[in-house]
Formats: sequence, C-alpha cells, structure tokens
Amino acid sequence: MLEVKGLRKVYSSGSREVEALRDLTFTVDNGDLVCLVGPSGCGKTTLLRCVSGLLTPTSGEVRLGGSPVTGPPPGMAVVFQEYGRSLFPWMSVRANVELPLKQKKVARARRKELVESSLDAVGLTGTADAYPWQLSGGMQQRVAIARAVAYEPETLLMDEPFAAVDAQTRADLEDLVRALWQRLKVTVLFVTHDIDEAVYLGRRVVMLSSSPTVVQDELVVDLPAERDQLHTRADPKFIELRTRVYEQIQLAKKTVQK
Amino acid sequence: MTSARRGNPVLLGLAGLAGLLLIVELLPRLGLVNERFLPPTSRIVAALADEVSTAAFWRSLGDTLYAWALGLVLAVLAGVLAGLVIGSVPVLRELTASTVEFLRPIPSVALIPLAVLLYGTELGSTLLLICYAAFWQVLIQVLYGVADVDPVAEETARSFRFSSWGRVRHVLWPTALPYVFTGVRLAASVALVLAITAELVIGAPGLGKEIATAQNSDAVATMYALIVVTGALGVVINLLTRTGERRLLAWHQSVRGEVAT
Repeated sequence: MLEVKGLRKVYSSGSREVEALRDLTFTVDNGDLVCLVGPSGCGKTTLLRCVSGLLTPTSGEVRLGGSPVTGPPPGMAVVFQEYGRSLFPWMSVRANVELPLKQKKVARARRKELVESSLDAVGLTGTADAYPWQLSGGMQQRVAIARAVAYEPETLLMDEPFAAVDAQTRADLEDLVRALWQRLKVTVLFVTHDIDEAVYLGRRVVMLSSSPTVVQDELVVDLPAERDQLHTRADPKFIELRTRVYEQIQLAKKTVQK
Repeated sequence: MTSARRGNPVLLGLAGLAGLLLIVELLPRLGLVNERFLPPTSRIVAALADEVSTAAFWRSLGDTLYAWALGLVLAVLAGVLAGLVIGSVPVLRELTASTVEFLRPIPSVALIPLAVLLYGTELGSTLLLICYAAFWQVLIQVLYGVADVDPVAEETARSFRFSSWGRVRHVLWPTALPYVFTGVRLAASVALVLAITAELVIGAPGLGKEIATAQNSDAVATMYALIVVTGALGVVINLLTRTGERRLLAWHQSVRGEVAT
C-alpha cells in the first residue's frame, strides 16, 4: 500500500518561499489504479516526485508497503511525461529497456526474456534494434512504458505520460495502460490534468486543489472493469462522474481566486 | 538552390585549389614577386619530391607526429578527467571557475622560456606547450558537456536506482561525449600548431626545426615544401577526427540528420 500523509513541499529560493503542496493525504491500495487530477500548475509533478523519492518533502511522509520513502524505492518504476528526454538517445530500444535490469543485476537470460515480453506487451515487437528517435512520439512513450514494465515493479507511477501525444495515440495508450494494469496486477498512480482520462482510466480519482495544494475530493469510479473508448465514454455513468470531477476542479480554481 | 546548379562541391573545391597553385606558379614567373621569396609551384613540388625521398624528412615527420599524438593524448586524458570531476562537483566548479578563466587565455607560446628552462630542446618542451594549450580546449568542452545532462534523464536513472558509477557511465559520459569530441577536434589542431611552433622556435626535433633549417640555408623552395606538408597534416588530422566523430556519435542530433517524428 502506498500512503501519503500530510505531505507538504515548500520551495525556497533566497528569502522567497513558494508553497507548492500544502497538506496532502491519500492512500493507494495494492493493485489499485488511482488517477490524480488537478488544475494545471497545482503541483502534480512535485507530488509525484515526492512519492517517487526523487524529491524530499518539507514535511509529512510517503510510505510504501509500510516503510518510509527516503529515496527511489525498489519495486517502483516511473514513466515521465517527457519520453524524448527520459529515453537515452545513444542507446537502441533494447538497450534502453535492458539497462535498468542490468543495474538491478538481473541475469542475462532473464533480461532477454523480460525485454522481449515487455516490448511485445506494448505492441513494439521487432523495433528492439531501432533508436528511440527513429520512432514516433507515441511509440517512444510505449518504449518508456515497456522499460517500466520490464523492471517488474509493484508500483508504477505515471506523470502525465500522454500529455505530449496526439489524441488518437493517446486513446490507444490509455487502453494499453488499462490492459497492462489488469494483466500485471501492479499498483498504478497516474497523474493527469485531463478529467476524461482520469475517469476513463481510474478505479479511483483523487482531485487536487490549485496550489498550495490539498486533496479537494475523492471518488470511486464505479464503471465496469471492461472499458472501451467508444461505449465507456458514452455511458451516462461516465458523463455523470466526469461532470462531478469537472465541478470539483472548477470549485478548486474559484476557491483560490477568492 | 539545387546542388546541380551549384555544382559538385568536391570538384569546385579542387578547382579552387588548382587556381591557387596556378597563381603561385604565375606570380614569380611574371616577375610580380621576387622568386627568392616565393618560388613557383613547380619548384616547390620538385623540392617536396626531393624531401620525400630522404630518410631525414620521414624522421622529422615521425618526430612531429609523435610529439603531437603524445601531447594530445595526455591533454585529452587530463582534460576529460579534470572536466568530469570538476563538472560533477558544484563546489569544485565554483572554486576553479575564476582560476580557469585566468589560466586559459595565457598563450602557450608565452611558456616557451619556461619550457626551455625545464627541458631544453628535448621532446619535453614540445609536450609541455602542446599539453598546456590542448588541455584547456578539452576541459572547457567537458565542463559544458557535464552541465548539459538532461534533468529528466538523470531522474530516470535515479528512479531506476542506477548506481553512482552507472549514472556516470550511462548518463553523464554519453551526454558529455559530443562535447569531448569537439574538445578533441579543437585540441588536435591546436596541438599541431604548438608542435610546429615548439620545433621552429626551440629547435626540438621535427618538421618545424626542418623549416627553420631550410630557411637558414636559403633553401626557400624546400621551406615552402615543408610548410605545405604541415598544412596537409592539419587537413588529415581534421578529417580523421571528423570521421571518428561521425562514427561514434551516429545517435547525436548533429550527426543523425533528419528523422521521422
């Protein structure tokens, strides 16, 4: 279980202080898929970097499986928004996916297996020898997802991973994430600014306020587990849920303006 | 703007060179310059042919290349090592910034008296000058390279729990490599300049010394022939470093050219 308790992050440069996160508390159960959604500039990325152990919070704590996160914990993989910068251009797709496994000291034969099966899983069979920059944006993000999947994490953090791809690719990748989550039984924390995406993907949606950020509201997405782009998005239940999330986000924006 | 209209760049380049050779041939023959100071191309070529057939020429060429290569290797090793260490430690970077800015612009030739004091007319003098000049070229580039590490790439490595060595080996080094190459390319040219200078001024063995000897013995055509050889060396060195760069940096934006996005 991933627990975030009273998380606060203040950036200070000189005498100026910016409170990015004020007080965040939420949990993600094992095997759950939780979407964090909030208005732009609400500190989503700061939150995710604190959760992944890349950034030290000012106060509060993050616990993964009971133990406090003080640096990047084992068993966690992050998919970044900037796939073009997160993948190493000097390495082939195969080497990119394999490198974290080498660092994890996975045996050679097992590495080969994991690289192949993860590339198959994201629909990139046969591109192992290409370089990331030879692929389209959507394919590059698939490579980044394959790299995370091959790492066999228990927890997968995704930081607005589809913000930079076109709408059609995005729909495909959303379905890919749902499928991988169901198959691999990983815990997924998915950060997005897209309300529809949050409701479509998540089993729970945590709504964040504007900066300085608190948890505005939470809701359980009681849509059927089998979702598809056409019918789920047209489902009255889906529309009702997205309206609720939308209203909360609007409310969050207004609260700050006062 | 088609290349057909502009012509083949290699042919055009050769035509330009042929033009220069023709002018050098004609100027003294037409009496526009004194033959004593600029012999016609044909005589320079003849002198070059004579030189090439002597063992002394090849020994000098070998001496120059040896000093150049050894000096360059030492400077690159020192520059890369110092650059990686200084660049990765912010305190060191701050600490050395002004010192580097002070030492770097000192022309290497200003150290000739010191070199002579230390090593006389031996190889050591040449090496000192080459290393001093080439070292800064590499160091500065490596510092730029280390500063260019993409924060997202670095965070990716950290999130996958790369070891410190893993981060240097797989993130820092590949990022710095294009800069290292630029540094090596600049250093290779500077090293040649300093090698010839040291030989010419100090009299350390090599092509530079031969040029001075030819000038002293009034063998003007031979002097020009040797100058041509140093020029050719410069061209070959530049070609070699560029080819190496293209091979090893095929993945880099500056080399890979256009790709589908």
